[in-house]
Amino acid sequence: MMGRISTTARLIATLVLALCFAACGGIQNAINPAGPNAENISRLWWLMFYVCSIVFALVMIALLLALRKRTVEAADRVPVLEPPEESERRRRNVVISLTTITVIVLFVFLIASYSSGRSLRLNDPTKNGLSIDLTGHQWWWEVRYNDVDASNIFTTANEIHIPVGVPVMFSLRGADVIHSFWVPNLAGKKDLIPGKINTIWLQADKPGVYRGQCAEYCGLQHAKMALWVVAEPQEQFNAWRQNQTQQAVSATSDAQKRGQQVFFSTTCVMCHAINGTPAGSNVGPNLTHVGSRHMIGAATLVNTREHLAQWIKDPQTFKPGNRMPQNNMSDADLQALVEYLQSLQ
Amino acid sequence: MFKTISRAAAQRRYEKPAGAASLRRCVSIFLCLLCLSACKREQRQFSTPPATFKSYDVTMSDIRPGVGGLQMPVQNPADQHAFDANEGKRLYSQYNCSGCHFNGGGGIGPPLMDAKWIYGDRPENIYSTIVEGRPNGMPSFRQKIPDNQVQQLVAYVRAMSGQLRKDVAPTRNDTMNARRSEQRTERKTPLQTTEPPQ
Repeated sequence: MMGRISTTARLIATLVLALCFAACGGIQNAINPAGPNAENISRLWWLMFYVCSIVFALVMIALLLALRKRTVEAADRVPVLEPPEESERRRRNVVISLTTITVIVLFVFLIASYSSGRSLRLNDPTKNGLSIDLTGHQWWWEVRYNDVDASNIFTTANEIHIPVGVPVMFSLRGADVIHSFWVPNLAGKKDLIPGKINTIWLQADKPGVYRGQCAEYCGLQHAKMALWVVAEPQEQFNAWRQNQTQQAVSATSDAQKRGQQVFFSTTCVMCHAINGTPAGSNVGPNLTHVGSRHMIGAATLVNTREHLAQWIKDPQTFKPGNRMPQNNMSDADLQALVEYLQSLQ
Repeated sequence: MFKTISRAAAQRRYEKPAGAASLRRCVSIFLCLLCLSACKREQRQFSTPPATFKSYDVTMSDIRPGVGGLQMPVQNPADQHAFDANEGKRLYSQYNCSGCHFNGGGGIGPPLMDAKWIYGDRPENIYSTIVEGRPNGMPSFRQKIPDNQVQQLVAYVRAMSGQLRKDVAPTRNDTMNARRSEQRTERKTPLQTTEPPQ
């Protein structure tokens, strides 16, 4: 009997441990923190996990003990109307002490949760920090890097580069409906609400790529509204930023020139901007440096020639209901357009 | 203690609520079916047919060559669904129609919420105006806006002077309203005018 129980227990324990390890890695994982904010949140999570696991285990043990305590004897069937003073006092003590322990555990949770919440606040967010305006659209992210020097301000989409070890302040806005910004490895969630500016800060201590996702249902393509946060060393970030502030490279080859003409003479130009050209609409993502991005379609597809061509031709097969219309252009035009867009590094 | 009731009375008692219940059931089924009749209002099509660029006749004045008016009875598919009219409203501001026509009151371009039409009030006329462009500033959006989106814009432009059905026209804005919603705009009888834009 005991042997079987311990075998089962061992099996369950192994499974639980295996599950824990399964969740340890990952680029979109709240318990794989890569920054102080996520660290605080995951500490709180683990505290609650361990305490609740212990409580659960104790309750189950008490339940098992109660079940297999002893066989019922005939004398036990007689209702006890006047319980002896001694056993009554013992029971009262058990109830009082368990209630007290419960209250203490809940207070520990309360204090831990409150102090975690406080530590998420940044005392001086503007100090040496980076400030980014993040606007949620159906269904993509507009990212605008602020700077005191106006020539350093630029707009990109769906891919946020940040330097390692520097707090980054986000101002969150919603353009149409409520979205929510959540990069689990770096910070908690915060809503992007139309007509209101929310703020959140995060900091990455380890270089790497982290995936974020909209965490508030926002319509048809909510599930495909993701973004990448690329944390890189300061020099690398500076180089990236320097490149992003530049205007788009001019078309050099014949194919690129034709692609540019296609861009200006078809539907593209109605919604997208390419800085340094007459295309200046801000309805869709800014494409000034689209060739340098890793993903397209709000982290839906890897940015390759094939994907870009398929996306331009029929975006509705990848994200049904998204705002980009299908485009009926000749294959030669499409190839030239893709050539041009890929050249926008 | 127990009242004895006749078999017939018992049957009557049993049947009466049953009759009421079946009436209730009929009414609720009818109401459910009634809901289904409104399904088309929100009908939408994501995979649009490939963009086509058509052009229609333009009504410039009442005087026409030949016998009788040359009218093309074209039904705008976007006139039928609230979704399309609302998309038209979104595109109206996103494609910057509001940059010249403002919220329908007109400014650089002529007003769209009044009853006067220079280049015709029919859907096909408005379609042509958007696709071909017009003198004195209206640009041509040929090949720039897909066909179905032009139709949505046409539906919205007509909604501005109350030409659409009440259940299709867009309702109030998410932001502050400068005027009554399109749905509450009373229908104006279109007038042909040759008055140039101010």
